[in-house]
Amino acid sequence: MPASYFDVDGTLVATNLLHPTFFYLANQKTPLHSLGRIANALVRGPSLFAAEVWDRRLFNEALFSLYAGMTEDRLLILADEAFDTVLRRSLFQESKALVQRCRENGDVVLVSGALDFLMTRLAKHLGATGVIANKLEIKDGVATGRIQRPVVAGPEKARLIREHAAKHGHDLADCSAYSDSYSDIPMLSVVGHPAVVNPDLRLGRLAKSYGWPVLALTPS
Amino acid sequence: MTHPLVVTLDKKSAPRTIFAGDKLVEVAMPAGTRVIYPRPPLEPLKDVDAAIRYALNHPENSDPLHAKLRPGMKVVIAIDDISLPLPPMRRPDIRERVLTIVLQMLSDYGVEDVEMIIATSVHRRMTGPEVRHIVGDRIFNAYWPKRLYNHDAEDPKGMKEIGTTEEGEVVELNRKAVESDLIIYVNLNFVPMDGGHKSVAVGLCGYRSLLAHHNPKTMRQCWSYMDPPKSALATSVTRMGRLANKQLNVFTIETTVNNRMFDRNLDFLSKNEDDLSSTEKAGLKALTYTLSKLPQPARNAIFQKVPAPYGVTGVFAGETEAAHEKTMKRGYEQYLVPIKGQADILVTGVPFISPYNVNSFLNPLLVQVMVQGYLFNLYRGAPLVKKGGTMIFTHPCTDQFDENHHAPYIEFVHKLLPETRDAMELHKRYERKFASNPAYIQMYRTGNAYHPAHPFFMWYWGEAGRQHMGRVIAVGADNEYIPKLLGYETARTMGEALDMARETAPPSPEITMLHVAPMLMADVTV
Repeated sequence: MPASYFDVDGTLVATNLLHPTFFYLANQKTPLHSLGRIANALVRGPSLFAAEVWDRRLFNEALFSLYAGMTEDRLLILADEAFDTVLRRSLFQESKALVQRCRENGDVVLVSGALDFLMTRLAKHLGATGVIANKLEIKDGVATGRIQRPVVAGPEKARLIREHAAKHGHDLADCSAYSDSYSDIPMLSVVGHPAVVNPDLRLGRLAKSYGWPVLALTPS
Repeated sequence: MTHPLVVTLDKKSAPRTIFAGDKLVEVAMPAGTRVIYPRPPLEPLKDVDAAIRYALNHPENSDPLHAKLRPGMKVVIAIDDISLPLPPMRRPDIRERVLTIVLQMLSDYGVEDVEMIIATSVHRRMTGPEVRHIVGDRIFNAYWPKRLYNHDAEDPKGMKEIGTTEEGEVVELNRKAVESDLIIYVNLNFVPMDGGHKSVAVGLCGYRSLLAHHNPKTMRQCWSYMDPPKSALATSVTRMGRLANKQLNVFTIETTVNNRMFDRNLDFLSKNEDDLSSTEKAGLKALTYTLSKLPQPARNAIFQKVPAPYGVTGVFAGETEAAHEKTMKRGYEQYLVPIKGQADILVTGVPFISPYNVNSFLNPLLVQVMVQGYLFNLYRGAPLVKKGGTMIFTHPCTDQFDENHHAPYIEFVHKLLPETRDAMELHKRYERKFASNPAYIQMYRTGNAYHPAHPFFMWYWGEAGRQHMGRVIAVGADNEYIPKLLGYETARTMGEALDMARETAPPSPEITMLHVAPMLMADVTV
């Protein structure tokens, strides 16, 4: 039975990792706490931008360091609201139907650099069967600002997909993968049926060269 | 005595000028070659609107349309898509003229619940401008996109099974149409395989129903697609259409056009090259030269962007089979040229267009569709080429695809054909899985791509020709691997191709050239 592996940000939802992060920063214990965290994030804006340009993994690590000091309870309590406010509203119009169509053919796994507790909610909403996502390191009930290894980004996504397929008995030649970003070329290359969704310029060019399907999904 | 449209060449005959995609090429044919030319365009109707009104009020084997109408009823008007005619018709398209009169009649009789569906089956969705072209500005502005839209054969809630024929063919059609009180089908008949029961039973169906007849086994039993009584495909479609008509209230409107694909100043394209006036000769030379120098996008624009000045030759309405009988008669009147005896070697040019590449490029799979599908099948009676004979065609066979319209074709040609060319194997091993690829389904449903089952159907379309012919030789291909993938040999020149063909032909082989386009059909007696 084949599986379909989906990148999430830009592929199924119009948001990126910054949006839920901003939601958490803006919903701290008091407005003053929120203001402080947002100011801190703004100060680190240029380094985040540089990390994004340089390496997606570095960007993930830099971004999730903004969660340092948040309690696990708070992260989970706000997760439903974060999902409703940020992710669900940003789903592309066709995302659910596409995932359901893939589900008819086999497993559907979300493979994302986003945080696991948000991705599990999204998976449930879409009818996906699995999640491969980043996990915050928690010590004594508080986020340390680091993410657990392996960091889900770039080439690591491809390795994790291979591992998932082997564990669940999926022949990768029969599997599909969907992404919007050139940084996901390794993940797209590892399956027999890659497809791109609203691709960035470089990925669009590559898809054209290889004759990969190019899907245009519509923002809600 | 041969028909005046069948010319036997002698040593003094001029070279023939035939299509090679969107170029024209001159080919010297040996003395004794028979060249079949198209009939001149039939005289168009003088008052088309009057003919439409007459057909609606005096239908075949049916009450007049107005007698079927009552206030408050739900009406679905299904409309043929842009695959007909080729190239698209100069505005006003005949469908616009029919729709204008039908919609007025519906309004006069208090019918307000009207939806129009472009009957695309698993063809690509037509774009807004394409729909506007066929229905006209007024109707488009009033109905698009809420009450005028493309059929979606993959909408989980949009299809409804209405029954199964005695042969086990599942009839599943567009739900809106099935649940309406009246379906009015507005057809444009271009070739004899169009129209009739194909309109509703194929145009509004989905993959499940197409499986019944769009398969290699059925295609092998078609002699030809253009001769419905001898086509297993048409027989199956008729069974399914009859079942549909038993359960649904269908009023068919069919229209025929002549074969005026080009303006009068290009009439020389369909004439015997030896009979051309000096002005026509100069025109033909100039056009051939210009096309050889222009870049491909410019050539494409010349042919694809200029609609054809077709004349309407008939409007027939009423019960599907009765109306279609008249349509067929008019179609044959335009296309059939009587031919005595089959050829050992059949030569033809492949033009720039097929039903499946309007506003895009004739990709390698569609070259195959043209060669072994449409051009081979342009006959009634017996195939124009003998069993085991050779077909020679001119086309560059360029490895180019429209990545939007023909997205699934690319994978089919470059991933599956290298595995096998055997249609049965493709059908059994690959089709179901490929046809359910969610990415391609999404592109079909919300983009403008053909359904992922379509490249398979296109390969099966050439199946009867593939089984019948011994060899196929491409002249002027710009690469070797595409012809090889399609199962063709290649030759640099027509002379070289003829020499190759003679190697496996009987002594003094009968060589026949099909001089298309414009369209013609050979009425072959053996």
